[in-house]
Amino acid sequence: MKTLALATAFAALTAGAAMAQDVVRMGTEGAYPPYNFINDAGEIDGFERELGDELCARAELTCEWVTNDWDSIIPNLVSGNYDTIIAGMSITPEREEVIDFTQPYSRPDPSAVASMIDGLDLSDAIIAAQTGTIQAGYVTEIGATLVEFASPDETVAAVRNGEVDAVIADKAFLEAIVAEDPDLMFVGEDILLGGGMGLGIRESDPELKATFDAAIQSMKDDGSLNALIEKWLPGSATF
Amino acid sequence: MFAFCTDPATLDTLPWFACYLTNGKHMAFYASFGTVLLLLAITAPVALLFGFGGAVASRSRVAPLRWFGVGYTSMVRGIPDIAFFLFVPIALDQGLEWLRHHARCPDWSEPIRRGNDFVVCDAAKLPLSTADAWVHDAYGFATAVVAFAVVFGAFAANVLSGAMQAVPRAQMETAEAYGMSRRQAFWRILVPQMWVYALPGLSNLWQILVKATPLLFLLGVEDIVYWARELGGAKTTIFEYPHPDWRLWYFLFLLVFYLALTQASETVFARIMRRLSVGQATAAGDALRKAAA
Repeated sequence: MKTLALATAFAALTAGAAMAQDVVRMGTEGAYPPYNFINDAGEIDGFERELGDELCARAELTCEWVTNDWDSIIPNLVSGNYDTIIAGMSITPEREEVIDFTQPYSRPDPSAVASMIDGLDLSDAIIAAQTGTIQAGYVTEIGATLVEFASPDETVAAVRNGEVDAVIADKAFLEAIVAEDPDLMFVGEDILLGGGMGLGIRESDPELKATFDAAIQSMKDDGSLNALIEKWLPGSATF
Repeated sequence: MFAFCTDPATLDTLPWFACYLTNGKHMAFYASFGTVLLLLAITAPVALLFGFGGAVASRSRVAPLRWFGVGYTSMVRGIPDIAFFLFVPIALDQGLEWLRHHARCPDWSEPIRRGNDFVVCDAAKLPLSTADAWVHDAYGFATAVVAFAVVFGAFAANVLSGAMQAVPRAQMETAEAYGMSRRQAFWRILVPQMWVYALPGLSNLWQILVKATPLLFLLGVEDIVYWARELGGAKTTIFEYPHPDWRLWYFLFLLVFYLALTQASETVFARIMRRLSVGQATAAGDALRKAAA
């Protein structure tokens, strides 16, 4: 009875909304600068915000931004709470079993390891990475000890307070942090992982995937995607 | 907020903090205190209602109702809160969407469950994807209230049924002797007197509820702990107000807030207890009588 009353209340509440225009809800994490973050005004900002808005403008869609915890970002997409994931997510075979990806909007971005210890040997180091990321998988592959954290921020804090030896993440994320902290430095070579970042889309939603594929292609063709990459991710490979 | 905030990098310490603490993100942080207090204010009475229903059901003379009451209290109390908070909102959301889907799109031919995906027609989405952001927030908030009420209602049901049994049997016998029906005795004698026995348990539950609000972020509601972590984390110069890791200070502030809230609730509960004890056959009631004499 209670739920029925609730349903009626919400039906009444939402019935008046216009159905004319397609609204696409864009899910992001909001904790991974410069890809996506909450700026000082409390709004979602960053490379993917600008990219997403431009893609929506080209595809003539009305887009709304939603933040979601990284851990539950895929489950909430498949249960329909939003329609795309645009959260610095690399295209990997494991993820492709669950969701679809558009064509990549970034080159396979170099990952890097930052540490306070010069000349750290990665193979027997303790390395922090965010849970469920492509970098976390890499750490276990090379035989190092992996310590996982829920948010990117916590991985960096763990290096600073000595809990772990090093942190691995996308280089564009670590770059600003290493540049502004004299104690931190990059260790070893850059590592190329994954097949670039793409928008995650439900497998049952091929039209939306096609729409975004076309919009990304048009941004690649006229060079505006490269301009965005140069603005937000200096040093990353362009198309 | 202030006119001098246009270029934070040039500011001295004091104006810098004045601007920093009043930027949009901090405003959202302050607003989230309101969200948490509102959640508590709505959830507590709803959970109490669930609890009362559960307690009445579990001592009902109708067997199926009794089974339901006992089943509800013992099942929910035995399941970890976090599992319940993940399950209830998703199940509730998908259940409601499924019902709306069948009501609104009867000629939809494709299946709802496709592989990993849960797909209902656009008109059945809850809330509609065209709805304003606040509708989505309100919906998330409402599912949170239901989840909290179900969980805390089960604990409250146990407390209340214990309190009902603690009312002296002689009171009920006297009511029967005066010719009251079972229903009359329940509402006029038992219910008014049980609160004094229930209050210690209920105040305990209230404290647990206060502490449980960080679970809100699991449900997508941005609560004070989420904002404290987000604001406290180290910020590079990509932000207007770069700073090192300040989580310690933000969490310290939360600690003070939670302690203050605890202190305030203790005071309120002490007052209610004093009121309820008047004329009761309890030690506290006895002390009040002696003080008055």
